[in-house]
Amino acid sequence: MPGGAERILRRRIGSVKNTKKITRAMELIAATRVARAQQRAKAARPYSEQLTGVIENLAAGGADVDHPLLRQVENAERVAFVVCAGDRGLAGPYNSAVVRSAEREIQALRAGGGDYRILAVGKKVNDYFSFRNYTIDSTYGGFTDNPTFEDARAIAQRVRELFDSGDVDQVELIYTEFVSLGTQRAVVRRFLPLEPVSVMAEEGGGDAAALAGFSFEPSSGGVLADLLPRYVEARLFTALLDAAASEHANRQRAMKAATDNAEDLIVKLSRAMNRARQESITTEIMEIVGGAEALGGDSGDEAEAVDLERVLATGNPSAN
Amino acid sequence: MVMQVEFVSPEDILYSGEGTQVTARTRGGGEIAFLTGHEPFIGSLVPCEVRVSEASGDVKRFAVRGGFVSVNGAKVTVLSDAAVPAADVDASAAQADLAEAEAALESDPTDAEARMNVQWANARLAAISTGSGHSADH
Repeated sequence: MPGGAERILRRRIGSVKNTKKITRAMELIAATRVARAQQRAKAARPYSEQLTGVIENLAAGGADVDHPLLRQVENAERVAFVVCAGDRGLAGPYNSAVVRSAEREIQALRAGGGDYRILAVGKKVNDYFSFRNYTIDSTYGGFTDNPTFEDARAIAQRVRELFDSGDVDQVELIYTEFVSLGTQRAVVRRFLPLEPVSVMAEEGGGDAAALAGFSFEPSSGGVLADLLPRYVEARLFTALLDAAASEHANRQRAMKAATDNAEDLIVKLSRAMNRARQESITTEIMEIVGGAEALGGDSGDEAEAVDLERVLATGNPSAN
Repeated sequence: MVMQVEFVSPEDILYSGEGTQVTARTRGGGEIAFLTGHEPFIGSLVPCEVRVSEASGDVKRFAVRGGFVSVNGAKVTVLSDAAVPAADVDASAAQADLAEAEAALESDPTDAEARMNVQWANARLAAISTGSGHSADH
């Protein structure tokens, strides 16, 4: 039936247009959220910088104490993985990149006979690993797009429990690093044991002027013992904020691509629809002309008697 | 002479201003006051009330649940994962926390967390108490 194809295409264009509206809205929302997440990451920086500053001063003061969080183990066989990704999808390769690099690490560990623990941060991480029958130690979620320090603290507490009790020898942190608006990459970072204080201080790259002779209360070791747990929390919080900014940036990009795609699709479908409409019109005219000629041929001398105008008006001369 | 005073929490900078004196309590050291020209110092804080005397004569009070204070030249930085300006302290919540923590401490005197909670509740109450600002629990 002529016109059928056209109607179907018109309906498809309508649905693509609706999808485009949604992806466009999601893109705009993600764009504002990236900005806010970056803002929060920036606001959180002074705290970790100051903590690192204190560590630098401690190192300069020669404090290199024995602390459980610094306990290094040769050939760590029991490793906990803190895998940070999102609660929601529609963020391009964001979740899968993190989850895949986590799975790779876990496979490598198991191949070497090691034992793993998974701390899943984000619903998608939990879904992925529980679907594949991995044992999950604990799961956190509901905050990945806007994490607070309390969230980081809850996770850090579990991490420290595992590490302090000696259940695991090492903790790896897997998250997405926010390099710039255009670049984010999934990274695997050693989380615990912490590096020796002197290394941490060096990596901090602080100002040497600050290294004047500080006095410590209760003692340099006592300050360090109070400080390291907080340093762990702050590092985890920084990672969560980075991950949140990355999630929004990825979602923005994915939704922009989807919107562009929808636009292309609308152009393509519109062309197909116009062609279908033109075709159905052409077919109709051809049928009429063909019908008229057939009538003319049948009736011989009466051919001129066929009222072409009437034929066109009704489309079916035999009906008269 | 004034000092640059900053309260830094993990999420943002809570307070930044100029003060002539900062008072806090360090672990093992008791109450300590910093004036300009204090020697470079890093201290680990117990839950306490921190007072900042501003150049204008106003006293800004905060309740702090542990953290660090770092003094370097004319700059005092308080690093704390939980610091609340006195104006934001919820007195009834602090009272309730205090009662709960004291009960927990009574049943188990070795409960370090309960002890911490008692101090933290007292710190919050001290920050909103009127008077000289010395909290009653010392």
